[in-house]
Amino acid sequence: MIEEKKDPLIQVEHLKKYYPIKGGIITHTVENIHAVDDVSFSIMEGETLGLVGESGCGKSTIGRQLVGLEQPTEGKIIYDGRELASLKKKELSQIRSQLQMVFQDPYSSLNPRKHIFEILAQPMLYHHISTKDSVQRDIERILDMVGLPRQVLGRYPHEFSGGQRQRIGIAKALSLNPRFIVCDEPVSALDVSIQAQILNLLKGLQKELHLTLLFVGHGLGAVNYVSDRIAVMYLGKIVELGEAREVFRHPVHPYTQALLDAVPVPDPSEKNRSRELLQGEIGDSANPPSGCRFHPRCPYAKPECREYEPALQELSGGQGHYAACPVVVKEQDFGRRGSNPAAGTLQDSEPYSAVSARGLEHPGESLVLTAQKEVVHV
Amino acid sequence: MAKEKKTDITNESYLQTVFRRFRRHRLGMISLVVLVILVGAALLAPWIAPYDPDAIVGPFSGAPCREFWLGTDQIGRDVFSRLLYAMRISLLVGVMATLISTVIGVILGLIAGYFGGVADMIIMRFTDMVMSFPYILLVLVAAAIFRPGLWNIILILGFVDWPGIARLVRGNVLSLRETNFVKGNIVAGMPVRHILFSEILPNTVAPILVYATSVLALSMLDEAALSFLGQGVQPPTASLGNMLNGAQSLTVLTKQPWLWIPAGLLIVILVMSINFIGDALRDALDPNSK
Repeated sequence: MIEEKKDPLIQVEHLKKYYPIKGGIITHTVENIHAVDDVSFSIMEGETLGLVGESGCGKSTIGRQLVGLEQPTEGKIIYDGRELASLKKKELSQIRSQLQMVFQDPYSSLNPRKHIFEILAQPMLYHHISTKDSVQRDIERILDMVGLPRQVLGRYPHEFSGGQRQRIGIAKALSLNPRFIVCDEPVSALDVSIQAQILNLLKGLQKELHLTLLFVGHGLGAVNYVSDRIAVMYLGKIVELGEAREVFRHPVHPYTQALLDAVPVPDPSEKNRSRELLQGEIGDSANPPSGCRFHPRCPYAKPECREYEPALQELSGGQGHYAACPVVVKEQDFGRRGSNPAAGTLQDSEPYSAVSARGLEHPGESLVLTAQKEVVHV
Repeated sequence: MAKEKKTDITNESYLQTVFRRFRRHRLGMISLVVLVILVGAALLAPWIAPYDPDAIVGPFSGAPCREFWLGTDQIGRDVFSRLLYAMRISLLVGVMATLISTVIGVILGLIAGYFGGVADMIIMRFTDMVMSFPYILLVLVAAAIFRPGLWNIILILGFVDWPGIARLVRGNVLSLRETNFVKGNIVAGMPVRHILFSEILPNTVAPILVYATSVLALSMLDEAALSFLGQGVQPPTASLGNMLNGAQSLTVLTKQPWLWIPAGLLIVILVMSINFIGDALRDALDPNSK
């Protein structure tokens, strides 16, 4: 959790990313996919921000823009007080190495034609982080950190399992001494038992190296486990933002509630708990619903929801808990809504004991089930 | 932390794997042996050839005998010696033209695929133009404008054969550009030349190699066609094409088959074995095959 007020390392202001859809006889932009639509948040130094939401809500797009893989359509990304878009090429290439990324699919994130030593050494040498004489030692130090034996260096990526490759992917990100790492669903392509190992590794590294992380994911259990704060996205917008514990215990936005309701509870007595299952489908991101984007599926929707786009508002009780739903925020003044039973199982920050029975049947399992759930409740 | 199980995949290098798969392709192996013998004979021509290829050593249009294994041509040169030297020229033309067109095609394909946008548009429309042009005509016109000769033929064929490779490379770059390892290197701030030549190119070498074998076969055929028409390699230098030249006369075609059958057969064998090798390479380099 955040012990004291720190300076934000990353500030995102009114970030937008539209993808044009081309068409017509003379090719022109017919409409835009609003992948990310006016999103603002900041990430404190040494903090992990979790970003959750359904597939296609724009969470990965934000991550890719932060590391410079895509250019924002509008808005600013400020890293350590400097706006990335205003930097010259040379400065940018220096800063780039401080913003790294761990990719979702460990099978395609390593060049199949290079052995691990080359993969790790080339960027380090290019950025003068290491010299020809010291590179071997530096790489071995990083391998120790991610828990890989030194013998891996002469091997090719196809000789490794998914979990090992993801460790190499993390080593590659770490090799440039980054301050900030975007983890783009780093465990969703892995086995449940391996997921726990990788999550623990990330969490440990973050503490050890004082890294700042943006953890993008759709498994609520995993995101909650590593994150200090959580942002929930729906159709390109952040609908709720707050400390992880707080968001899970007292979800405010109807969408967050529905997401948490969809998490299965490993408790037979809760079998008949009332759950709000969402109706309808996620809206069209090329033509998002007017007003609040969630209103067609929202159980509390009022007529005015159709017209006004709600802004993120801080809750009165709040310590930095924000939600973009005036209807519920008002209700909050009369007292908090009952806590979510699913939150009870997820909020315990006990470590994912690697392959212990508890780790497996517990949050790990819900990771998988949540993923399935997303398909079901649509 | 539980140890992840070590994978027990044999430590076979990529080239070893490729060679093991290649060996299973029987036609490919036979072709490889044939090609090695032929190329060896061509390279060693000065030592193997019984006579100077350009010297008049025997009777005019002499039939094969013990002295002249494949007979002599219309002005009394030894056909067997000329054949060995002709193979050198034909292989040289094929290899050089293929090299030129591969270099052009790879560079244009990389640029078009990686940068996209206007560069892609211009390059690919130009490629379409070259592809849609009846190129034997282009070659004939070019050969007529520049003096026909060995190096001109190489250059002309080289500048005509690249569009296929450019398209192939572009397509591969387009898909490789989206892979995470390329993106990872962009995030790592690696320069474009590193990404193009160290990350993308090595992963597209296999299809280029396969395609290049067919370009090699094609440009040898084109050289033969041009030389046959008198627009290619000029006599007295022998090439497989201009040795066929004599077959334009009906007497030669019907009465003196030793003047054209060996050269014709050699072209067929060379082109076929190169194509079979390309075929075997395609299978051997395919990462999805075992």
